[in-house]
Amino acid sequence: MLPKATPREELLINLRAAYARMWVRLRGSNREITGLVAEIGLPILTIGAYVILYRAIGLPPTAGAAVIIGGAMIAFWTNVLWNMSSQWFWERESGNLEMYLVAPVSRMSVLLGMAMGGSVNTSIRALGIVLLGIFVFQVPFQLADPLSIGLVFVLTLVALYTMGMLFASIFMLYGREAWNTANLLQEPVYFLSGAYFPRIYAPVVPFALQAAGSLIPMTIGLDAIRRLAINGEGIATVWPHILALIACTLILFPLARRALNYMESLGKKEGRLTLRWQ
Amino acid sequence: MKRDLSIETKSLRRLFKGIPGKGDVVALDQVDLEVYDDEIFGLLGPNGAGKTTLIKILCTLLLPTEGQALIKGLDVVKRASQIRRIINLVSGGETPGYGILSVKENLWFFSQLYGLPRDFAKDRIAKLVDQLELQDYLNTRMSKLSTGYKQRLNLARGFVNDPAILFLDEPTLGLDVLSARHLRTLVKDWIRTGGKTVLLTTHYMAEADQLCDRVGIINRGKILACDTPQRLKTKVTGGATWKIEITPNLSELESVKSIPGVVGLSTTDNIETGVTTLKLVLEEESVMSDLLSKIRENGSKVLNMGKSEPTLEDVYISLVGTGME
Ligand SMILES: Nc1ncnc2c1ncn2[C@@H]1O[C@H](COP(=O)(O)OP(=O)(O)OP(=O)(O)O)[C@@H](O)[C@H]1O
Ligand SMILES: [Mg+2]
Repeated sequence: MLPKATPREELLINLRAAYARMWVRLRGSNREITGLVAEIGLPILTIGAYVILYRAIGLPPTAGAAVIIGGAMIAFWTNVLWNMSSQWFWERESGNLEMYLVAPVSRMSVLLGMAMGGSVNTSIRALGIVLLGIFVFQVPFQLADPLSIGLVFVLTLVALYTMGMLFASIFMLYGREAWNTANLLQEPVYFLSGAYFPRIYAPVVPFALQAAGSLIPMTIGLDAIRRLAINGEGIATVWPHILALIACTLILFPLARRALNYMESLGKKEGRLTLRWQ
Repeated sequence: MKRDLSIETKSLRRLFKGIPGKGDVVALDQVDLEVYDDEIFGLLGPNGAGKTTLIKILCTLLLPTEGQALIKGLDVVKRASQIRRIINLVSGGETPGYGILSVKENLWFFSQLYGLPRDFAKDRIAKLVDQLELQDYLNTRMSKLSTGYKQRLNLARGFVNDPAILFLDEPTLGLDVLSARHLRTLVKDWIRTGGKTVLLTTHYMAEADQLCDRVGIINRGKILACDTPQRLKTKVTGGATWKIEITPNLSELESVKSIPGVVGLSTTDNIETGVTTLKLVLEEESVMSDLLSKIRENGSKVLNMGKSEPTLEDVYISLVGTGME
């Protein structure tokens, strides 16, 4: 009779699918160069406004550096919110969801591929933002410990995109309402994360705001990267950040899986998965 | 020789939540179906009959409310991931894939959802491109393809994992006459490679007649008849199908339909000549005299009449068309 797939075969299929989904993402968003230019150019304008403002009120040049890093990290948040979270939603609208559901791959690996594609893509843009920002605004950086910066950066992305994976399932189930919520979330998160502030965990920022901001892994990562790249602090001072980011991932990943399974079984039960706009 | 069962459903039932206060919609009701290896099976039925619902359950996309569905003996609820490796589904009118990618890139992507190794995938894609005549569009973005070519790409996706069971939900929707014929040939050739099963739905009777080894006629979630097209024609129509040309058209079609012994009736108007062709399925020929007098009462003139070979459409009309429920 029908042989069951061995765990090795299973893993291979899922890795191939994840890779292919990542490839689609990269291929799709880098076909048009105008998109790339806009996605680097527009944030630079926002960043520029803050840098000039901070200079005008006499803050040290490090404040400008903080804003550049913040602006680069915001690119990831936008990507998670608009591309990752709405992934299933759009796949359903375009008739792709059925294709994914009928194939022998885990939906998690499709999401994983999407996350990998999204983070690589956004990294290119973020790097563009940072380089252009340094070039235009001449802000100082102190890269005492590049390896730690890399580590914190990767951990931040992992936590952030895991959050995106969780959002993807929620979005799909709640369709329009989730869409509106995301719309509502965008600006407050810009604010809460402190991306455009010189520092979020500073005594002048109210504690409630700090706490709310910390719910987003990006805030934690952002603060750690700023300490490492601007203040020249070492890994010793960002241990709590690293642990918090790992904890975020460990909590969010199973939640994302649960949400996805729940979404799938609910869809199969109620027949909602392949219906559009409800 | 006893053939192996490929698809089997046992008292399958599926309800959907209806409009509040109106109760549930029964999409499938006590469906018992058996489809064998090497068979092309067609599901015919009016809109909303439950065809797509049945296919979705068999493809592990939807759970049954009651009863059981088996693919190669495996339960669709419990063994979904195993089943997904050996099936594929093509829904007409859907265009899965990514518009910004070329035909070739999309096909490669589809192949990766089944984990095909690189060279193997390449060969298979080359073959499919050939069979579906997509050569000239290999590097065209999907978003720029015409509806028919998008549908071909969708069909190529259906074959990409060389499934043991292929589900085709209105596969010729949007295809031109030649492309539709081409697809039918393709499906027939593919079935001949052995160990394959096709379950398809269509609204084109001639297509089902030509393509399917057996057809099931479904209405309001119930399978009304299930057999080879040939046997259905003789069994259901009893062979007595009549064609009567009249002018002008009947003013009271209902009065003819209600004559005892009239099992099915369909009319086709020829606008140019003003001639209406009635196709009738009668229980027995003696009904004819009642019928002719009714036509005369209506003020219509009979131009021509004769017995006609029953078609699958006659079967369909007699089962679905005159309120068998
Ligand atoms: N997801 C759903 N939620 C609620 N009702 C549904 C759902 N899917 C189908 N139905 C209902 O179930 C019944 C059967 O629908 P189905 O799509 O299976 O018909 P069909 O035979 O494929 O029709 P068509 O020829 O129009 O494609 C219809 O009454 C339909 O409204
Ligand atoms: Mg249908």
